[in-house]
Amino acid sequence: MSAPTTSLIGELIGKSIPHESARLHVSGAARYIDDLPEAAGTLHAAAGLSTCARGRIRRLDLSAVRAYPGVRCVITAVDIPGENNCGPILHDDPIIAGDEIQFYGQVIFAIAADTRDAARQAVRLAKVEYDTETPILDMDAAIAAESWVLPPFAMQRGPVDAAFANAPHHLSGTAVVGGQEHFYLEGQISYALPKDDDSLHLLCSTQHPTEMQQLVSHALGWRAHQVSVEIRRMGGGFGGKESQSAQWACLASILAVNTGKPVKIRLDRDDDMIATGKRHGFQYAWQSAFDDSGRLLGLKLDMASNCGYSADLSGPVNDRTICHIDNAYYLDAVALNSLRCKTNTVSNTAFRGFGGPQGMFVIETVLDDIARHLGRDPLAVRQANFYDVVPGARSTTPYGMVVEDNVAPALVAELAASSDYAARRAAIAEFNASSPVIKRGIALTPVKFGISFNATHYNQAGALVHVYTDGTVLVSHGGTEMGQGLYTKIRQIVAHEFGLPLADVRLSSTDTSRVANTSATAASSGADLNGKAAQNACLNIKARLAAFVAELNNAAVDAGKVRFSNGRVQAGDAYDVPFAELVMAAYRARIQLWDAGFYRTPKIHFDPLTKFGRPFFYFAYGASCSEVAIDTLTGEYRVLRVDLLHDVGRSINPALDIGQIEGGFIQGMGWLTSEELWWKTDGAQAGRLMSHAPSTYKIPTASDLPEIFNVRLYDNANVEDSIHRSKAVGEPPFMLALSVFFALRDAVASALPAGTPVQLAAPATPEAVLRALTANQDKAP
Amino acid sequence: MSERPIQFYFRGAIHRIEGSAPTRTLLQYLREDLHQTGTKEGCAEGDCGACTVVIGELSGGDGEEMLQLRAVNACIQFLPAIDGKALFTVEDLASDGELHPVQQALVDRHGSQCGFCTPGFAMSLFALYENQPECPERDEIDHTLSGNLCRCTGYRPIVDATRDAYALPRRPLNRQPVIAALKALAALPPLDYQGNGQRSHSPRSLAELAALRVALPDARLVAGGTDVGLWVTKQGRDLGEIIHLGAVPELKTVSIGRERLEIGAGVTLTDAFAALTAFEPNWAELARRFASTPVKNAGTLGGNVANGSPIGDSMPALIALGARIVLQHGDSLRELPLEDFYIDYQKTALQRGEFVRALRLDAPAEALRRVFRSYKVAKRLDQDISAVCAGMAVHVDGDGIIRRARIAFGGMAATPKRAVNCELALLGRPWDLNTVRHAMQVLREDYRPLADVRASSEYRLNVAGNLLQRFWLETGSTGQTPARLSQLAPVQS
Repeated sequence: MSAPTTSLIGELIGKSIPHESARLHVSGAARYIDDLPEAAGTLHAAAGLSTCARGRIRRLDLSAVRAYPGVRCVITAVDIPGENNCGPILHDDPIIAGDEIQFYGQVIFAIAADTRDAARQAVRLAKVEYDTETPILDMDAAIAAESWVLPPFAMQRGPVDAAFANAPHHLSGTAVVGGQEHFYLEGQISYALPKDDDSLHLLCSTQHPTEMQQLVSHALGWRAHQVSVEIRRMGGGFGGKESQSAQWACLASILAVNTGKPVKIRLDRDDDMIATGKRHGFQYAWQSAFDDSGRLLGLKLDMASNCGYSADLSGPVNDRTICHIDNAYYLDAVALNSLRCKTNTVSNTAFRGFGGPQGMFVIETVLDDIARHLGRDPLAVRQANFYDVVPGARSTTPYGMVVEDNVAPALVAELAASSDYAARRAAIAEFNASSPVIKRGIALTPVKFGISFNATHYNQAGALVHVYTDGTVLVSHGGTEMGQGLYTKIRQIVAHEFGLPLADVRLSSTDTSRVANTSATAASSGADLNGKAAQNACLNIKARLAAFVAELNNAAVDAGKVRFSNGRVQAGDAYDVPFAELVMAAYRARIQLWDAGFYRTPKIHFDPLTKFGRPFFYFAYGASCSEVAIDTLTGEYRVLRVDLLHDVGRSINPALDIGQIEGGFIQGMGWLTSEELWWKTDGAQAGRLMSHAPSTYKIPTASDLPEIFNVRLYDNANVEDSIHRSKAVGEPPFMLALSVFFALRDAVASALPAGTPVQLAAPATPEAVLRALTANQDKAP
Repeated sequence: MSERPIQFYFRGAIHRIEGSAPTRTLLQYLREDLHQTGTKEGCAEGDCGACTVVIGELSGGDGEEMLQLRAVNACIQFLPAIDGKALFTVEDLASDGELHPVQQALVDRHGSQCGFCTPGFAMSLFALYENQPECPERDEIDHTLSGNLCRCTGYRPIVDATRDAYALPRRPLNRQPVIAALKALAALPPLDYQGNGQRSHSPRSLAELAALRVALPDARLVAGGTDVGLWVTKQGRDLGEIIHLGAVPELKTVSIGRERLEIGAGVTLTDAFAALTAFEPNWAELARRFASTPVKNAGTLGGNVANGSPIGDSMPALIALGARIVLQHGDSLRELPLEDFYIDYQKTALQRGEFVRALRLDAPAEALRRVFRSYKVAKRLDQDISAVCAGMAVHVDGDGIIRRARIAFGGMAATPKRAVNCELALLGRPWDLNTVRHAMQVLREDYRPLADVRASSEYRLNVAGNLLQRFWLETGSTGQTPARLSQLAPVQS
């Protein structure tokens, strides 16, 4: 980890302060929901899952389930008192399937029992008969059947036909990229505690407490003020606990209200992987038109996404894909067709990057192919396509937003120099020329990622700051802590505002009864939105305190000159007291010492029908350079060296930001390499996910960390007025991993005759690499 | 044997368990019964490491060395396995409010984000710290962490923290009270345990085991539990009466001589692979890539072999080396070539009342030059189940003619299986490219592999042939030997 170059503000902003729970994490003392002492009488829930991908339940015999010792309550769809839906946007996600089965692993009943073991044993005893139908299991089948969760969307910007007619070069191609399991280490869990006044408190490992509150209250036929949802920390989220926590929250709550007992549901890992949604897999077909330098003149792109059986967040995910097919490149003329396929698989959902990675994947593939076709360095082709640095003729995105803060060209140039890209590319070519079995490859790819929820109304946040009379501070806000360090950053922001040491500021758990109507902690926006809201609450309190100081000094002190620093409050030479002393005096003078803060992101607007507007407040940028080696006998490979340079604006906490960059990169590498979702395609178990546990689904381990891993922050203050001029960091680094995939493509290409198109599927498992190597080859050695 | 509680050293005292089912897992017991929730459940199948704890037991060493500390997965350890041992969990690491060096280094290096996997990492690192007084190289750190998944950090800060922990003032475990307690526990009678209507026996001698096995031929034998544990946690199976093999010292012996290596069935994979690597250095790569450190610390070679999984990784290499399996029934022993032990999918030659006693390997005849390799191909370098696992040995005479060939694969058939046609295509021929090319073609006739989550049938067939090619390139070719990926460094610019 190299030293950050961003400038420091004060004592706390810009400092690499450890995660606020780090000591608790390492000592096992940090409590996750399943670690909390259980209330007396707690029951444990489990869900029965379908063993058919598509059809109707002919007979559901739960008598043996009910008779199992310890079982207290069994519910099916008819037992849901309110609305049987946990879909966040469209109401097409049953909490418990009725007669109609739409994927293998769908919840068909749920139970509560005295112990978790009893509940898990009992659900196995259901006898279910189905009238099965042929499931639609992949995008080709969905397209053939015109099976959509949302209507196809077509868009054209610029003179596409003319561009194709006049271009000197044309190419076409296809590509696929798989989905991805979140694999948060803490599985889905909800713990519903009924209260005495027709209300319920829900502890839920969720990124979206307010949505849980809404969906639970709808499921119960209650109103929102009857349900409160709380989360102190999650054991990872990555988008998988945005909407996907709702089904379990609803089941626990229904069972709790039904039995009058506290009910906890904690999914077994296999059930979690089978029954909760994942990243959308995509497939693409395109035609490109370009000039001799590789500059794109026109692009026609058809892309299809596997949304699974219901809409969930697939609409916004696909919108973000559309808004990221440009990545860092100006697209003069583009015709786009976006298909949202409905298949009989689990409903896919938010996952770090939220469709952005799938957009960038295809444009990088298009440019990579162009470079190989022209015999040019892929980096040169990428650079030829960048947006203008100073807004000009090549600055407007296909969705109508002008790129005003483009640092991609400078950032990429800096990384190309620091990673010694050109010399290493030459050294690799030399190595490959004399190495028939092992081939190396290198690639340098950029990232430009839009920051803000595409849906404008989500871009708001609230916070509640309490200053107690001893001068300590308690902060609540609408964001959730899933490991990213949001609470740590908020603590820094609040302590900085009041000029207090960190120890004087504490974060409370996130609770819908303290801060209402929260947005999901998603879209990388947690610190941007909640940081500003918390800061605004502090500013309100500080303004009152400053006015009080002025009043105390008979207006000899200007309220605007009151300073909060080093645990003291100062105004010129006349006034200098400890913060706690001022606070106590203010309390006695009946000054309000707590306040709420609110923030809404300025400047943004987006029309979801036309996909046009300024959806993003700003862009986050980055670039990565990866070197790989492949074994052409087996398709196995290793990532040998990675250099990352990433723009987080002025970092609030460089250590946390680098943690997001490194972790996002490795997670993205997993998506593009070893993490393969695999379903049975035929027979009675067609549609059954077989990669449903860590034994069969392989996320990266420590040995996959490249031997050389240089990670640096790019020196660049946000041009927009973000919190302390920082930039969002949760998602953008995920897409830095594209360089690994394109380095693998480069290595494969070096084993093929020059100019041969590389057909490498993602994830690039060893099998996929070997397939790409042997696609057009005699198999004999 | 007389009935008694399970007893083990925990938090400075002897802890007793009574009444719990013998197939209750150590993790359930810790979390649900003792409310010690620092140890987490991530997968309940020994793959993610969030449940990692450290087990202490007495070994053959002297003084403090006689305490052996090893990381294992609590989620698939049944309670009787802890009898007579010492248990350390993440709550044991800090003392007097001061973090252990591995914990402090994790904090200083920002090695936790969501923190859920962190206790498991801390325990794997604690075991490393205790076993290795000097900071190891990167590959050994990776190996130590091979059974711990982290989804947040990307591992870099954890690897850095490992190194930093060694830079902090050293703080070793006070071993004397642990050793004293383990000695006291060793004096207890063998464990005959009953809980929740289920019975478990832990014989403490081979004779006791042999007699029990004859008396209880339907009882389930449990060694490391790294597979059987999942039958309970994932399939909800009732294992019935159990015979636990972990306390039989004769099963845990390794005898290594110039002519013969014999490994008791109860020897852990960690120890067995150390012996196999000493016997045949080309075991090293398989030893490195086989499962994870915690699984190797719990699982046994006998268990891997007896389990008979078509994707068990030790068998192809053992078969290639001509290993024989020793089976015991009562007082009588019989010995089979390992390949003959496997009859069909999950069906072995093991008879009622019989158990696996040991594996035997003989040194190669001196007149011939034996070359041996084992290759494992999987989606991930560490802790993955093979798509294809190969064990290959050819014995070449002074004229370069192949006089013996044993080529065996896992992942290619319903059992670990020799490539009979391929072997015939090699025998009597020179160890050269033409022979290899022909053998690669013939090899395709030896197997009809499945397509499954790990690989397609076609990939398995192609890779099997290509591995034979790599075998020749590494051992028979006179040209440039291609590097292994594991040996490559980034290019210098």
